[in-house]
Amino acid sequence: MAERCAVIGVGQTHHKAKREDVSIAGLVREAAKAALADADLTWSDIDAVVIGKAPDMFEGNMMPEIYLAPALGAVGKPMFRVHTAGSVGGSTALVAAHLVKSGIHKRVLTVAYEKQSDSDAMWALSVPQPFAAPLLAGAGGYFAPHIRAYMRRSGAPEHIGRMVAVKDRQNAMRNPYAHLHLADIDMKMVEESMMLWDPLRYLEACPSSDGAAAMVLAAEDALSGQYPPAWIHGTAMRSEPTMFAGRDQVNPQAGRDCSADVYAQAGITNPREQFDCAEVYVPFSWYEPMWLENLGFCDLGDGWKLTESGATAFDGDIPWNASGGVLSSNPIGASGMLRFLEVAMQVRGQAGEHQVDGAKLALGQAYGGGSQFFSMWVVGSAKP
Amino acid sequence: MSAAARTARPVSIASFAQMQNVRKDDEHNEVEMLMPVIAEVFGNIGITKDDVDFICSGSTDYLIGGPFSFVMALDAVGVWPPRSESHVEMDGAWALYEAWVLLQEGEIDAALVYSFGRSSLGDLNEILSLQLDPYYLAPMWPDTVSLAALQARALIDAGKATEADFAAIAARSRKDALSNPKAQVANDIPAETLLEDEYVVSPLRRHALPPITDGAAAIVLAAGDKARQWSDKPVWITGFDHRIETHSLGARDLTSSPSTTKAAEVAGLADGPVDVAEIHAPYAHQEIIIREALGLDDTVPINPSGGPLAANPLMSAGLIRIGEAAASIKSGKAKRAVAHATSGPCLQQNLVCVLEGE
Repeated sequence: MAERCAVIGVGQTHHKAKREDVSIAGLVREAAKAALADADLTWSDIDAVVIGKAPDMFEGNMMPEIYLAPALGAVGKPMFRVHTAGSVGGSTALVAAHLVKSGIHKRVLTVAYEKQSDSDAMWALSVPQPFAAPLLAGAGGYFAPHIRAYMRRSGAPEHIGRMVAVKDRQNAMRNPYAHLHLADIDMKMVEESMMLWDPLRYLEACPSSDGAAAMVLAAEDALSGQYPPAWIHGTAMRSEPTMFAGRDQVNPQAGRDCSADVYAQAGITNPREQFDCAEVYVPFSWYEPMWLENLGFCDLGDGWKLTESGATAFDGDIPWNASGGVLSSNPIGASGMLRFLEVAMQVRGQAGEHQVDGAKLALGQAYGGGSQFFSMWVVGSAKP
Repeated sequence: MSAAARTARPVSIASFAQMQNVRKDDEHNEVEMLMPVIAEVFGNIGITKDDVDFICSGSTDYLIGGPFSFVMALDAVGVWPPRSESHVEMDGAWALYEAWVLLQEGEIDAALVYSFGRSSLGDLNEILSLQLDPYYLAPMWPDTVSLAALQARALIDAGKATEADFAAIAARSRKDALSNPKAQVANDIPAETLLEDEYVVSPLRRHALPPITDGAAAIVLAAGDKARQWSDKPVWITGFDHRIETHSLGARDLTSSPSTTKAAEVAGLADGPVDVAEIHAPYAHQEIIIREALGLDDTVPINPSGGPLAANPLMSAGLIRIGEAAASIKSGKAKRAVAHATSGPCLQQNLVCVLEGE
């Protein structure tokens, strides 16, 4: 029988295009120290460290857990490294949660990061590999055709993407840690920004950020911290192949299966009704309506209508990405963990200006690869 | 903590398979390398991918030289319908640890673990330099053989070993490998002859270095009823832990391995006799350090498979140690065994897995 597990500390860096004031070690320590402080703990209280990031080639540092062990207080402890593509921040938190749920450890520190300014993600994503279709244009070039397919399938009008781009940037104005603070953002500004990958314009794409996220996860008999715990009500991961005839890249089966699994664990039958908010991996604007459908917040083909109605806005009935989301901060390896962390902040009531009133139950989602890897958790203020 | 790590829930090594270890496999891509291994690991016990509830793999992008190398490798399993699946940028022994943790929760009963890597594609000395502190160490490109040589020199200076000891370990390993059809380097050359080798980096001669190996391996873990269904005499994991040391080589006593000792303690290694040890010591001198750290006396046979001196497929060599240790028990040669895996320069990170038969 699995033990109960809760988030008792969260920490994140100020995400920026270039954090030239810190090394990689300094970056991860900033987030980890904040998480420890939030949990009223010190390094010596931690039993194990689980770290995740996206491809090592992004910084040119192979298996960085080896170098980062002392910076994260892991010397003499288990140090574990996760890599599941863009979903890695979420998967890393899940591996840490399992170390507690299994009864092996009482308090686990989990950290994820990316220092994109040390690297060129576009280049690292475009290295030609034998027998594999070249990405060449980075992630945006890969996803743009899927977005076109969604628009054709659902009949969504062009302005939906721009609405998400504006909404998430307006939310980011309430989040002091967000990378982008675009006070003047509006539909016109997005529309006038450069076309990158048709139909995606510059302001409909995520930024490249330096940043880190950290959480302390604890067993029921090891709780501490200034805020109430965020109890984990469900965890799930799913993967499917990159390509095969008949694969639905717009509405991937792995995403649907993953949410069905995590909802069953958490007793969710109507996500839009039962969740108070959600943090979902939306690196390109159109992924909000696409994931609204994939995650069952509405019927197929209705995702864009939900976005258009304002339901997912900060003052809507189901706020999505109140933190500003990936569109406002994108330290790739940490972007998934930030989703998981932000929903923990919401149900603990510590989200400050972007706190969703009375948030008690929330969904965190991350995806990666060619929208084929999914990780999710449900956290709540009540004990499961 | 240690009580929990000595396994609340017994988990068995239900099946093990590995590729023929070779110096260079330039006829297959990673998926093609893995497919026969996956087929064998399932075929051994007559199951399919539908019988496992979780999949975890270990690999590193730096061998293939491109990002997301694990993504396409997943096609070797064929994750359709979608599967619960994870990946570690570590040796497959740590992927096995992740799967074992999940099995501890009691909600799933079986998992597939695999790892792969082609060490032949690039220059390992250059590649492994990129594991080092990117600000203060990597820019000097210290190569992995030279770092191992520093450790070997420290061992000699401390009076803990001689070059003849390194040669004896190499001679024994490769002679034992003659009975391992999957080994890459197997021969019967006396230690005295090996000592006539030139130094690669003093005090390490050619024989004290691991071969460069392309390889892949897989293990099926089972718990509960499945463990009994898939084996008449299951081999159980009775203790499992891993620990890391500081990265700064200057701050470590390179002649000892406190992280191995700690992991062995948590895994309860000293709770019973050890009949055989499979040690992931890529360099001959490292076997001496790990043997001492595990508290094994001279009577415990080390690496009857030939060990990493006979085949050292990066990212799989640790997982193979666990598979080989389980095989020793399964064959009746041992009742209780220990497997060890390592990562990082000069044995910085170490994993200990204790296995027992019935």
